[in-house]
Amino acid sequence: MTAYLAHFLVMVAIYAILALSLNLLIGYSGIFSLAHAAIYGIGAYASALAALKLGLGFWGGLVVAAGAGAFASALVAIPSLRVAGDYYVVASFGLQVVVLAVFMNWTDLTNGHAGLPGIPRPKLFGWVIDQPFEYVFLAVAFAVLTWAVCWRLTNSAFGRVLQAIRDDEIAAQAMGKNVVLVKIVIACISSALGAMAGSLYAHYITYINPSSFSLHESIFIATLVILGGSERLAGPIVGAFLLLAIPEVLKFMAIPDTVAAPMRQIIYGALLIVFMLVRPEGILGRARHGR
Amino acid sequence: MAAEPAILCVEGLARSFGGIQAVEACTFDVQPGVITGLIGPNGAGKTTVFNLITGFLDADHGSIRLQGKELLGLSPHRVERLGVVRTFQHLRLWNKMSVLENVLLGCATPAGENVFSLFLRAGAVRAEETRARERAMEVLQFFGLADRVHELAEDLAYPEQKLLSMARIFATDAPVLLLDEPTSGLDSESLGRIVPMVRRLVDHGKTVLLIEHNMELISELSDQVVFLHQGRVLAAGPPAEITRDPALTEIYFGV
Repeated sequence: MTAYLAHFLVMVAIYAILALSLNLLIGYSGIFSLAHAAIYGIGAYASALAALKLGLGFWGGLVVAAGAGAFASALVAIPSLRVAGDYYVVASFGLQVVVLAVFMNWTDLTNGHAGLPGIPRPKLFGWVIDQPFEYVFLAVAFAVLTWAVCWRLTNSAFGRVLQAIRDDEIAAQAMGKNVVLVKIVIACISSALGAMAGSLYAHYITYINPSSFSLHESIFIATLVILGGSERLAGPIVGAFLLLAIPEVLKFMAIPDTVAAPMRQIIYGALLIVFMLVRPEGILGRARHGR
Repeated sequence: MAAEPAILCVEGLARSFGGIQAVEACTFDVQPGVITGLIGPNGAGKTTVFNLITGFLDADHGSIRLQGKELLGLSPHRVERLGVVRTFQHLRLWNKMSVLENVLLGCATPAGENVFSLFLRAGAVRAEETRARERAMEVLQFFGLADRVHELAEDLAYPEQKLLSMARIFATDAPVLLLDEPTSGLDSESLGRIVPMVRRLVDHGKTVLLIEHNMELISELSDQVVFLHQGRVLAAGPPAEITRDPALTEIYFGV
């Protein structure tokens, strides 16, 4: 039972990192991305390959993952964010599709559908973190760190510029803000953090394959942000907790697996529709303004 | 006018949209420390000139020099940093942000806007933010908005929104302020509040170039007038001269 709860908490922490980092784009910058699962996957694969082929441990892999995530994001952001923001949705969708195709088809490197097994557990000063409850501390520590980074970014002059760009890009330019640079920077930071979640996931499950990083997953992460509330820092964390809890609750009801899986999708879909209708600002709602 | 060197020199500026020549061979100077009014009938090219100066449009020909530095070809944020900042006819305030935040975005906060110093030089960022907030409060006091700081920009009355759009650019260190129709849409009572405010900008060392539609206000509002018609400068000089010229008033009023 403790192991079960620990696993749940690790996954909540990982999804909280994904949702917090995606919210830097969706909520704070007004840039909608459909590539967050691809970024998550890039982090997972980069970290796993760094461990399996280069012999780097978790910590080295984490750095490689963050760098790879930021790099992939920059490749898409630099051309597409120069023009109006809406193009990024399309460009990020393209990134998601291409990255997943690479995971599946570059079999020499990624082993295709069969995936990569045997990813080592993280080590901290010679101590191997291999118990689920130990991993809870690691994952939650990273979630807290991500939250702190997001807090600092959004509660600062930089955060003010992000909001100004989101609300009126032309005005921000006229007031001397380098809009294109700021958008590229925030896309890279968001992706570096999302890729670190991938690294945490890969070294936790010790096995990855492309199915964890599909377009469905991207939409799921966006759902966490939207349902939790994109205007508050804590919104995505609440979203991650609640949406991961739903399938766990279903497990305790006497519902066969064949029904539970589609039922989960139906619940997610229904929740999205209900929220769009009655509470479009999400569970936590709107931040108070005029700080 | 004394032979003080112009702060902003527009020379041979041209820009066409498709077959329409919006601005053509447009040449005028803006003297430092005074208000220069850009007037002319609808479609004269006034806003196009503003967009060209501030980098929102590229010119086909010509040059725009700020104290000798060429502005043409620079992006809007580079133009602002060199010292020319503008308002918009439709204000473009950040409506969902507070009055204070709107002005803070005009204040210089280079350390807080840089993600590296944000994490690595927390002390410098904090000191800078404190200074910026003090400056923003001073500016808001100056514009008579000090009691509205925590309200959202969208909740202000229209004349106050106009003042806020001016406050936000005044907060920057830019010496040249471009005001796009500062008096449009205002009743006479609000005019009494805004017109002296424009004058006070100059008293505080700023140079103002403004677009004005109202011929009656132009003598009150400006020291120099540039009369634009079909993208060309027809006349330039003190407002009394321009408003007395029957040929110009005919063009303006179309009679």
